[in-house]
Amino acid sequence: MTERLVHHGGVDPDPSLPAVVLLHGAGMDHTVWRGLSRHLANHGRQVLAPDLPGHGRSGGPPLGTIDEMACWVRALLDERGIKTTTIIGHSLGGLVALRVAAGSGGLIDNLIMIGSGAQLEVHPELQQAADVGDRKAVELILSWSFGADGRVGGRTDPGTSSLVTCRRVLENGIGVLGQDLRACSEYLAGEENAGQIDAPCLVVSGSEDRMVRPAKSARLAGILKNARYELVLGGGHMLMVQQPDRVRRLVDGVLPPRQVLGFRADV
Amino acid sequence: MVEPDLPGFETLAVHAGVKPDPATGAATVPVYYSAGFVFEDTDQAAALFNLERPGHIYSRISNPTVAAFEERIAALEGGVGAVATASGQAALVLAITTLMGSGSHIVSSSALYGGTANLFRHTLPRFGISVTFVPPDQPDGYKSAITDETRLVFAEIIGNPVMDVLDVEAVSTVAHDHGLPLLVDSTLASPYLCRPFEFGADLVIHSATKFLSGHGTVIGGVLVDSGQFDWAASGRFATLTDPYLPYSGVVFTDEFGPAAFIARARAEGLRDFGACMSPETAFFLIMGVESLAARMDRHVANTRRVVEFLASAPEVAWVRYPGLEDHPHYELANRLFPRGAGSVLAFAVKGGREAGERLIESVELVSHLANLGDARSLIIHPASTTHRQLDAAGLAAAGIDEGLVRLSVGLEDPVDIIADLARALRNSQSV
Repeated sequence: MTERLVHHGGVDPDPSLPAVVLLHGAGMDHTVWRGLSRHLANHGRQVLAPDLPGHGRSGGPPLGTIDEMACWVRALLDERGIKTTTIIGHSLGGLVALRVAAGSGGLIDNLIMIGSGAQLEVHPELQQAADVGDRKAVELILSWSFGADGRVGGRTDPGTSSLVTCRRVLENGIGVLGQDLRACSEYLAGEENAGQIDAPCLVVSGSEDRMVRPAKSARLAGILKNARYELVLGGGHMLMVQQPDRVRRLVDGVLPPRQVLGFRADV
Repeated sequence: MVEPDLPGFETLAVHAGVKPDPATGAATVPVYYSAGFVFEDTDQAAALFNLERPGHIYSRISNPTVAAFEERIAALEGGVGAVATASGQAALVLAITTLMGSGSHIVSSSALYGGTANLFRHTLPRFGISVTFVPPDQPDGYKSAITDETRLVFAEIIGNPVMDVLDVEAVSTVAHDHGLPLLVDSTLASPYLCRPFEFGADLVIHSATKFLSGHGTVIGGVLVDSGQFDWAASGRFATLTDPYLPYSGVVFTDEFGPAAFIARARAEGLRDFGACMSPETAFFLIMGVESLAARMDRHVANTRRVVEFLASAPEVAWVRYPGLEDHPHYELANRLFPRGAGSVLAFAVKGGREAGERLIESVELVSHLANLGDARSLIIHPASTTHRQLDAAGLAAAGIDEGLVRLSVGLEDPVDIIADLARALRNSQSV
């Protein structure tokens, strides 16, 4: 097990470039940012998409609270000498991003939260299943994450099943899922933290998201001082996996693409 | 109590991978006859070529109609993704070339389709890939054949044509204990009768020509990735864990996570070897898959009637079908195939090869041709046809005796199938 995996979108990180941190959700890992991380890295950004401790290919015990995860992210930024960064978080990762951004002065220049809110309740039966490593927890998350469109597919990424791909990522993270979900439901300072953020924010949710209802995301956007809210019709909770082009365009709206790096790929 | 509410198999068989066409509202997938796809702009073109954005570039690598078939099969097998190929053999070769190169080694069951046996015995060795054959039903045999150079364990879910059943759980455990994936040819089962990933298999191939098509219309194959195998932890698969220069040094396991294998199979295997599926073939296959569940139920029901008849026919020396209680793998078959053990069986008529030939020449409703999994009932004598390239030792190793006849039971009225076989059996005994 790698001690700590930080994915850079396939491009060696250049400290002179503006940084973007991508934070995955409960029980998941950096691969949910596939495509977006590579896009940002190839368009003039220094990308840091870590596997949180105990997730994906990062070792170590999982962190039990959103505060601890936020400290871990800040330590990563300090270690890399990053003074300003955009931070993008999905679900639990959104809470971590919110916590990092709160009262951080100029550290965060943009905050983007996908499928997240100020406070995330967890269904008790989901929590119970996740606590004992029951795969029913994975199936419940998938059921509540994929709307009518996502369940049958018709995906833009040729020949792949986004639902099964998410299932595999969650199965790999089943050992930490219960603790992650508890960290979400026990984080109660979201609204207070949101009020401390001056940076421009984009809050995105999918209209079919039953893990974090759109109303919850919209409410967060209302609390943030400088936020825009985007509802993606037909999208579910795993928005960046289900509708990667839509999410990329939204992110590009906040972070205009910089120069395209040279690469070689012949067909 | 809350319960997951994801779509079931039959629903996925009809809907997975396809949405109504946004331009026309067409409910079935359009056949996209287009070699290439217009880029939005230079940045999108560059992004597609750099694996940043999803989408289609050129139909050798992906095509919307073919992608719909691939996604449907991935959903039905429970895999993260699939790549459709020109044939089932192309799917097998794609899997092998994605995982290994010269100097590598495969451990394979000896109960194989003749084409696969030739590939393994004669063709792959020319490219520096060696294969050790082991008895299909002895997990310890697989274990003792594994070397430091082994990169794959391979077997057919039901050995064609000898009807051995693969103990997927036991063999996958052996493979995983050695950091190796198990690739299963699941053609004879179809995902309706068995989903090998649920028993530990890591990769699955189908000759889509067979039950997925169901009508004997097209040649096609598909390779499916479970996404369950940990390529990085194994340490044996540089193609997936080392930087790949043709795509700016992408590391597939880092970039694609559980879909690393299938991403590389498409990005490299279709690009370089080019054994892609045509969109027209994909359309035929999608139509076939929509009725897969209903067809397989009828195939199995008809087969049970035919097997019952053959088992009691005085002209028949023996019948081998995993759904028969006297089959050595009957219990295993019940575990793997609770809905039935398929519709292919082997039998021999009394009187040896000559009697077998008279039987085949006497059938009228049943077709004598080299295929299976068709709506039509099909019969063939493997030793003189599909496995003709095997010498006596090869036939013996594959468990094929000279009198063996393979029957693929179709969807006709079983009374008519049985009547045809009964008459042909009587003729087989006339001298």
